[in-house]
Amino acid sequence: MLVVIIKLLFIVLVIMAAFLPIITWVERKQSAVMQDRIGANRADIFGIRILGLFHPIADVLKLFTKEDFVPQGANRVLHLLAPVIAMVPAIMAMAVIPYGGVYRFGDLELNLVVADIDWGMLYIFAVGSLATYGAVIAGWASNNNWSLLGAMRASSQMISYEVTMGLAVVGIFMVFGTLRLPEMAVFQDQTFRLLGFVELLGLVETLPIWLDWIRLPMWGIFLQPLGFILFLTCIMAENKRPPFDAPEGESEIVSGYHLEYSGMRFGLFYTSEFLEIPVIGMIVTTLFLGGWAIPFLSQETIIGFISPIFGEGFATAVCMALHVGTFLLKVIFMIWLQMTIRWTLPRFRYDQIMDLCWKMILPLSIVNILATGAAVLFIRGLQ
Amino acid sequence: MSLLFFYIFAAIAIAGALGMVLNTRNTVASALSLVLTMVALGGVYVLLEAYLIGALQILVYAGAIVVLFLFVVMLLNLRQPDFSPQRQRVTKIAAAVIGVLVLLQFLQLIHGAFGAPAAIPEGFGGYRQVGTALFTDYVLAFEATSLLLLAAMVGAVILAKRKID
Repeated sequence: MLVVIIKLLFIVLVIMAAFLPIITWVERKQSAVMQDRIGANRADIFGIRILGLFHPIADVLKLFTKEDFVPQGANRVLHLLAPVIAMVPAIMAMAVIPYGGVYRFGDLELNLVVADIDWGMLYIFAVGSLATYGAVIAGWASNNNWSLLGAMRASSQMISYEVTMGLAVVGIFMVFGTLRLPEMAVFQDQTFRLLGFVELLGLVETLPIWLDWIRLPMWGIFLQPLGFILFLTCIMAENKRPPFDAPEGESEIVSGYHLEYSGMRFGLFYTSEFLEIPVIGMIVTTLFLGGWAIPFLSQETIIGFISPIFGEGFATAVCMALHVGTFLLKVIFMIWLQMTIRWTLPRFRYDQIMDLCWKMILPLSIVNILATGAAVLFIRGLQ
Repeated sequence: MSLLFFYIFAAIAIAGALGMVLNTRNTVASALSLVLTMVALGGVYVLLEAYLIGALQILVYAGAIVVLFLFVVMLLNLRQPDFSPQRQRVTKIAAAVIGVLVLLQFLQLIHGAFGAPAAIPEGFGGYRQVGTALFTDYVLAFEATSLLLLAAMVGAVILAKRKID
């Protein structure tokens, strides 16, 4: 029980306290760099500016001191509840994400995931499907036509992309043979020979030893490149940030479903969108970028390398620290990638978003499933 | 521990169901109480180790079907006068008949439910077992369902097309 609480605090505190304030700053700075202007640097405390790092503090102060407003004719209870509902699914999804492997310290076994459940990926989908309600309730309870239009757009977009998001990862389930996220990460902590298929097809008896060294880490992105692109597109559309921000569309429907929100309750919507960025990074990292795995250095290799000199307990501890660090590094990379996409592409038109989902991603993901299934069966038949 | 969680989920489910039925003023709020019931039922399924059903309950019912309900309710924006008293009487009688029938069946089920519980096979309720059963023992039913869904999809496309032309 105590261990679970410590693990929970670790992952929630790292994301909420370390990532979240920095992300708003990174977003400002990166947009400034990409648009060739000087970024956020005005907020200062006694003249000290440190690259605009005080801006998150200024943001929160502003949001807290603004008037908390409920429009006339709005459903007060639901209007108050909607921002909270928008925020909860992102936090819940963190429970099943492994930020490290399983480590043994004598009798103590440390499994660095809060809830190691067999149906982890289904849990993420189930929790994620509830995120629609935040936008829908907010749009309806505001008693505003723009808000309602935004809610309609948000819900139809999120339902559509949920379908394709599920189909896009079926291929990766077939390759890994599991829905349990820690197992997926362990699977990716190995390498495969790039030319191994020559041996499988019986073209040569055994590969020469020097060709044996041409290896790739067994990451989802190398086994399912198409699945990676499709899944990333879908999960970014679920987050409703640009280029998929038609539900907000400030040039068409003013500000969509959070038009009538002010103060910290608007801040909660804002936070939930920003919170989803690292959560998306964690999910994509675990599925496609090897989770906590260090490329070409498996857990046994690291422990086997250090333990003769410093003892096994110390080696395991070092390995654990390296793995957690690697995981966070990959998550940071995914955050950078999402920010870059967000500031590179303009907003899609609403019908383009729907066309992309139903006419491009859905057929491609079905093709991906069929091709992956055939390949898996073929390789199993050869072995 | 799991008994405590069962009572919590059961209380939420019943509260949601009552909220849905008794709230006649606000259709959207009653649809949202239905979501509460669905999520709580998902929790109960998970406590019963039917993990796949639990996840699907939330994913399909709470996450997709009720959203579509809400879609319709919000767009139609129904008010009380839209239902004539005559139509309401028919609806009430039909609801009463169906309610009594379901209650009788439920009582019959409860009557037989207190025997010794059947032995649960290894890995019961997991996605592997359900998937294997669907694609081996029940493959005919599975394919028939897919045909039904395809027909519904084609029908929906045709209906939507007719409106635009």
